[in-house]
Amino acid sequence: MAATLRRRLLRLTLGGAALALLGARTAHGGSPRVIRVVARRFAYQPGEIELKAGERVVIELESLDFVHGISIPDLDKRIDLVPGRITRLELQPQTPGEIEFLCDNFCGAGHEQMHGRFIVRA
Amino acid sequence: MDRRHFLNLAAVGGGAVYASALAGCADVGAQGMAQGTSHAEPDFYFVQLSDVHWGYQGAANPDAAVTLRKTVATVNALPTQPDFVFFTGDLTHTTDDPVERRRRLGEFKTIVADLKVKTVRFMPGEHDAALDRGAAYQELFGDTHYAFDHKGVHFIVLDNVSDPGAKIGDEQLAWLGADLDKRDRKAPVVVLTHRPLFDLAPKWDWATRDGAQALALLMPHENVTVFYGHIHQEHHQMTGHIAHHSAKSLMFPLPAPGSQPSRAPLPWDASAPYKGLGFREVEAADTGKAYRISEHPVVRA
Repeated sequence: MAATLRRRLLRLTLGGAALALLGARTAHGGSPRVIRVVARRFAYQPGEIELKAGERVVIELESLDFVHGISIPDLDKRIDLVPGRITRLELQPQTPGEIEFLCDNFCGAGHEQMHGRFIVRA
Repeated sequence: MDRRHFLNLAAVGGGAVYASALAGCADVGAQGMAQGTSHAEPDFYFVQLSDVHWGYQGAANPDAAVTLRKTVATVNALPTQPDFVFFTGDLTHTTDDPVERRRRLGEFKTIVADLKVKTVRFMPGEHDAALDRGAAYQELFGDTHYAFDHKGVHFIVLDNVSDPGAKIGDEQLAWLGADLDKRDRKAPVVVLTHRPLFDLAPKWDWATRDGAQALALLMPHENVTVFYGHIHQEHHQMTGHIAHHSAKSLMFPLPAPGSQPSRAPLPWDASAPYKGLGFREVEAADTGKAYRISEHPVVRA
């Protein structure tokens, strides 16, 4: 219950953090910074991604070896990462802090260690 | 004296309450079972064992090769043998090698065949089943989801691990709905599953992606209790009138949900071997509407 409440509060705090599967074009001109992330057993590379509050970015995810997932519980979002396919998601966090993500498709002995985080700077 | 923790549960009529009563214990009760004051005589009892992770090798349990055998001996030494034993998944530690997976499952099966209890039931965890969608498990143990009845209680075994995405899936949910439709809504139902059906700690993947759909099907039923594993520790939570009880592991304990950044195993304590490990008795009373849980260590002092 407490964890759920914390998640909801964080979601509210993140407020304008926008996350969408692309194709979606950015709403307000300019090209967002593109950050490529590779998923392979049992890590994301890079595992820590620094963002600026208010900055629009596109995360391009590619899995090399398994249908990994990326789950971002604070944003209540998850996506399957199919090998051979680039999966794009747009992110525009408004508030400094950390947003954790993890693989939520069981992928083997190191699955529990496959996680990362966005570090949002002011 | 044995260290026994009791938890009484009577999920009757939606009137369950939570009360902390005895030292070191949590009591959940209603209708005369509250606060550990009036325990009904048990109708039967079963033993829940969980998260054996046979095949694990690592610092979190330097005694991994014999922990299961010691547990079997402890269960066999119980003064009254249970009606049945149930393993709530992760019988083995995962491996990419299909041959090794079958070897581990086979060894596990051979070791637990030494249990005195004649009726031993199983279900897979994600370590057993997620990498091959349950193929090896089914070869050795049969169906990954099923139902059975015991002394007036309807037991439902739900598989939320064979799909690597921790989904029960539409087909199994339809099966669950059809099974429940045949039950009187006042009849006692026990659900056995590996992962929590509710969002215990999504940041640690301690959830079932479509668990809310299973709970929605269960909610109209007045007497539902869920026993599960996966998180390698006792945890007790209510979702509405449904009680959820997780069990300890028999290989390594994990930290409390969300208590630290990583869900890495807690370190082995050489001064207290098997600390945090164990199994439990579940006594059913009041025709399956009340349960008393007693935790047991791997070995008796």
